[in-house]
Amino acid sequence: MKKISGAEAIIRCLISEGVDVLFGYPGGAIMPVYDELYKFQKELNHVLVRHEQGATHAAQGYARSSGKVGVAIATSGPGATNLVTGIADAQIDSTPMVCITGQVASYLLGSDAFQETDIVGISTPVTKWNYQITKASEISEIISKAFYIAKSGRPGPVLIDITKDAQFDMIEDFEYKKCINIRSYTPTPTFDKSVIQDAVKLINKSKKPLIVWGQGVILGNAEPEFKDFVEKSGIPSAWTILGVSAISTNHELNVGMVGMHGNYGPNILTNQCDLLIAIGMRFDDRVTGDLKSYAKQAKIIHFEIDPAEVDKNVKVELAVIGDVKETLKKILPLVKKRNHDSWVCKFRELNKIEFDKVIDKEYNKEHGGLSMAEVIKSINENTDGNSILVTDVGQHQMVACRYMNFNKSKSNITSGGLGTMGFALPAALGAKIGDPKREVIAVIGDGGFQMTIQELGTIFQTSSAVKIVILNNEFLGMVRQWQQLFFDKRYASTEMTNPDFVTISKGYFIESKRVSKRKDLNSSVKQMLSHDGPFLLEVCVEKEDNVFPMIPSGSSVSDIRLE
Amino acid sequence: MKKMTYTISIYTENNVGLLNRVSQIFLKRHINIASITSSESEIPDIFRFIIIVNVSKEQVVKVVKQIEKQIEVISVFFHTDKQTIFLETALYKVKSSSLFEEKQIQNIIKESRANIVTVKSDFFVIEKTGWRSETEDLYKKLKPYGLLQFVRSGRISVTKKSMEISKILNGK
Repeated sequence: MKKISGAEAIIRCLISEGVDVLFGYPGGAIMPVYDELYKFQKELNHVLVRHEQGATHAAQGYARSSGKVGVAIATSGPGATNLVTGIADAQIDSTPMVCITGQVASYLLGSDAFQETDIVGISTPVTKWNYQITKASEISEIISKAFYIAKSGRPGPVLIDITKDAQFDMIEDFEYKKCINIRSYTPTPTFDKSVIQDAVKLINKSKKPLIVWGQGVILGNAEPEFKDFVEKSGIPSAWTILGVSAISTNHELNVGMVGMHGNYGPNILTNQCDLLIAIGMRFDDRVTGDLKSYAKQAKIIHFEIDPAEVDKNVKVELAVIGDVKETLKKILPLVKKRNHDSWVCKFRELNKIEFDKVIDKEYNKEHGGLSMAEVIKSINENTDGNSILVTDVGQHQMVACRYMNFNKSKSNITSGGLGTMGFALPAALGAKIGDPKREVIAVIGDGGFQMTIQELGTIFQTSSAVKIVILNNEFLGMVRQWQQLFFDKRYASTEMTNPDFVTISKGYFIESKRVSKRKDLNSSVKQMLSHDGPFLLEVCVEKEDNVFPMIPSGSSVSDIRLE
Repeated sequence: MKKMTYTISIYTENNVGLLNRVSQIFLKRHINIASITSSESEIPDIFRFIIIVNVSKEQVVKVVKQIEKQIEVISVFFHTDKQTIFLETALYKVKSSSLFEEKQIQNIIKESRANIVTVKSDFFVIEKTGWRSETEDLYKKLKPYGLLQFVRSGRISVTKKSMEISKILNGK
């Protein structure tokens, strides 16, 4: 049998795993792999990003829109360390990703060689698994394990570091076997029948139940089962920011978002329900507010794949551990068909108060500077609810996720747990490549946009038809809002003197337009959406608007403020 | 919540980097590791870490779940002192001259049920295996005679009830 190099073995492994695109950046210690990528251009599309952080976020965007494992590749040293933010983001938001880094030759390890860094040590706390390959013979087994671990159970990032000599070494009898189990790893814990019965009992006898669902529903491909469960049980359902789009925005039992900038109804009624059914979510502090006053009156059932999440932040009455698609299937025939009309009405009444005090004023604004909300309104009016929204981090993120209409799952891609500014632009590029048929709209603040602005180059080079909306308030808006509310308006280093984004966009040969008047907004959004190719729309919005409702950090969910 | 001493027993694959992966879980939560030992376990190729921490029950449960979640960790158990048989070993290096000049030393060794491991022309080494209080007691008694070196191992322990690790391995 023909001998092949370790580098070629890596490529063959990726192809066998069904990888069709990699996001990366070459450099010394990964050059043998790039040399093979040159030979396999037909099979593998390599997207040259402009900074390795962009490679990870693009891989995340790709994974979240396609449901497949995203792959990022970089060289040793700074190439590898630049991946760390994206890896940490993928870890906390459970995104399946495999990162491949080059490493100095094995005989140089520990000698502080040029571009040597201990990336396995550095990435350990933020990876689901990592490993350093020093022999070509290990490549096949380790890469198959990497993909299996990244996508199974609760997904997450895996980093594989490969020394340069392992890439050069020749191996005989290359064979790729997909990993199907690891004896020390239980991706999907099994559940007891009795747990299902206990859950059903609690659900069937509850009078004021509330469902809070998260991204687990989407990651578990459980949208149909979830919808059936919601509709049969008639239980009002609220979403975390990563869970949105699992059922449509306009569904009659969708009562809005929970958490710091969530909706009035579900936040207040969290502290009045008698049963809280948490599905594929992890009680993040941005969701729960003060734990000492979070849903204390309620019994809590937690549907969760990761046993370590159970009782981590909130003590629960009952944990239904397992794959949510399976557990919901088992629950469904046993729950009574009910409706909770008067209870659902309470959510509507409270959300009406929010509509009058907050939403109507910013979503249907008629005078004064443009609000972020009316930009999302214009996007809603010109799309069918089927586009993918990619957001960065800050005020624009909260506004976009609150107001965007979703009719389809896997439509909201944002940095939730880590709150990584600079996420959106490269993630949007990855999302578009992951699902090219769908419209991808990146809504980004002026601050975050400038953290990964160089990826405009990648968007141009790959002709990715990403629509970029910059909501420019010339402030780091969310920090400024906190300074206004909690630091007596001392605006320390939050005001930004920005460059001309339209000119910058032109420099990258990307069509662009600036809009600052209400009368021009809708036509500009239309122009952006009808343009064949990438487009950047800068919208100059009111400088000192605040995002409400808001649960001040450390307060109870029921102390949510409308102004 | 009240803090107490817990023995965490971790069965793992034998891979480079696992110690780092396990210890970062304590680091992230600002938990001090009181002692740590690792050795091959009763099952070939399976390693066993024994980590001693002084934390609340709630903390130890969470930490154990996080360790259990790591890919190459096979199983994790935690026990209180009452549930385990545990020991530490201490070595005391003393000047040879004091062994002959200070008769009291020989009594101390006898009373403490310690052993003399080796006697050289310029020093001798005493070994004591037992509970922390016993090795500490001997330390206090020998200190006045001039200790050249003193070292104590991490705690090793076995549990009173079985941990059934082989069953877990076979079941997977």
